[in-house]
Amino acid sequence: MDFGPYLLLASLEGAVMAAVLALTAVGLSIVFGVMRVVNVAHGEFFMLGAVFAWWVASWAVGHPAIGFVLALVLAPILVGLIASAADMIVLKRVEYDPERTIVATIGLLYIIQQVTLMTFGPEARPVQPPFNQRLALPWFEFGENGFEIIWPWGLGTTSYKLFVIAAAIAILLAVWALMSRTKLGLYMRATQLDRQMAQAFGINVERVYVSVFGFGAGLAALGAVLIVPIQQAHYLMGGDPLLLSFIVVIIGGLGSLSGTVVAAVLIGMSDGVISMFFSPTLAKILSTLLVAFILIFRPQGLFGKRAA
Amino acid sequence: MLELKGVNAGYGAARILRDVSFHAEAGEIVCLLGRNGAGKTTTMQAIMGLLPLSEGSVVLDGEDISRLPAHEVPKRGIGYIPQGRRLFSELTVAENIEIGLLTRGSSKQTREAVLELFPRLRERLAQRAETLSGGEQQMLATARALCLEPKVLLLDEPTEGLQPSMIELIRNVVVQKKKDGVAIVLVEQRVDAVIEIADRVVFIENGRIQDTVDAKVLADDHTLLTRYVGV
Ligand SMILES: Nc1ncnc2c1ncn2[C@@H]1O[C@H](COP(=O)(O)OP(=O)(O)OP(=O)(O)O)[C@@H](O)[C@H]1O
Ligand SMILES: [Mg+2]
Repeated sequence: MDFGPYLLLASLEGAVMAAVLALTAVGLSIVFGVMRVVNVAHGEFFMLGAVFAWWVASWAVGHPAIGFVLALVLAPILVGLIASAADMIVLKRVEYDPERTIVATIGLLYIIQQVTLMTFGPEARPVQPPFNQRLALPWFEFGENGFEIIWPWGLGTTSYKLFVIAAAIAILLAVWALMSRTKLGLYMRATQLDRQMAQAFGINVERVYVSVFGFGAGLAALGAVLIVPIQQAHYLMGGDPLLLSFIVVIIGGLGSLSGTVVAAVLIGMSDGVISMFFSPTLAKILSTLLVAFILIFRPQGLFGKRAA
Repeated sequence: MLELKGVNAGYGAARILRDVSFHAEAGEIVCLLGRNGAGKTTTMQAIMGLLPLSEGSVVLDGEDISRLPAHEVPKRGIGYIPQGRRLFSELTVAENIEIGLLTRGSSKQTREAVLELFPRLRERLAQRAETLSGGEQQMLATARALCLEPKVLLLDEPTEGLQPSMIELIRNVVVQKKKDGVAIVLVEQRVDAVIEIADRVVFIENGRIQDTVDAKVLADDHTLLTRYVGV
């Protein structure tokens, strides 16, 4: 294959990755923004999403699409409920103290991981995609006959991958609408800006925290359900999303949602492209390096505001 | 209406307020006077339930509100205009007002009435609060609190850094609310700005109430003012 079509293929892989990463990172970003909690267990909520998706799909009968749709609805809700419970049982008890919540969520990480290992086991388990047609992609060239549309052999994607990208965009738009158009979103933004004043105007901050922590984890789970037909569920799969989400949130600017999305696209796309042309390790090295430079030269992130 | 009974409170281990007691009745303006660091803002926060009381109680219309979770306190009808305004900076003027309205489920009429008081806010509904001028920010902080249709209004240095015409506007609002039967607790540094409108003055020093006097008495006798606030 020529360079052009190859780049198109790599960009598509990157876009799928960016889509899932955007969902996961936005979840981490909302939790950090509103609650000032660095959730080290975020990747485990992602993993739980994938595991629950497998679980739900393996119970469902009939067409794979039925299991998948059930998983898409149930897995994020279950994960959200678990996270909300963790907020009430653990984070509230340490009074959302920044250092103690880091230690607490590290503990949560290991508990979730080990319980999953004991119940779900060490195998990687697949979930069937609801549909998976191969789609050949066109390319163009300027040959003897001038401009021509060609269909290079091997240049193609699947309908499911395109669906992942579209679904992620739809979910992100819904999150944006929730934050900017609903009462809960208003309460979340007010709590983020001034927790005490939020209370002085009747906002039940504890309830906002429970919802936000559940919501953030649910977004990670949603990303995982979307990717599990491509990647398989495994109890150690939470590490990469956690690292990448942190990278994205730092590059985008802590607490800035639009920055998070832009950074997710940047990191996801470059990760996809670099992984395909060179190696996945190089992709990770480069994005970690980028974080280091951002921390040195623009600590507030690309879109974040300088702390007053 | 509002009564503090032997309130002790502070930040963490640091005890700031000691046996603070005073009351404000409907249609009355009580002014809290004291030097910087005397504990005026702390008193306001204790009333709002933002600080845990180690002793004492805050009673509103016979109900002890000091044991309520903080977000329940404003729902009983206490509007708070904090020192330094503390608006929701990245939210718009309209959203800040909306939060005030949601506190007690106030009606559209309340919103209209409040915007009637501050027409400049109506022109800037879509503007972010942090981009307002200082005077406009104070209007918004006041509007946000009035959106609760409060029975009790707490104002912490509302005239800080304002020009005379703006001070006049805020003062008119306070006097109007007094006429409407609202109990008002007002913290002020500028004694002359309050002496004419206050009914009673409470002097606070090192977190203790030193004296409570009628404003009329104070107007004729300046020795107390010299002693507690040094003017
Ligand atoms: N968050 C806090 N943590 C610890 N101590 C505090 C805190 N806030 C205020 N204090 C202390 O409590 C005391 C009273 O402060 P407060 O803000 O109530 O004073 P004030 O009377 O409002 O003063 P000012 O006129 O300067 O506004 C001060 O000694 C202050 O240092
Ligand atoms: Mg003060």
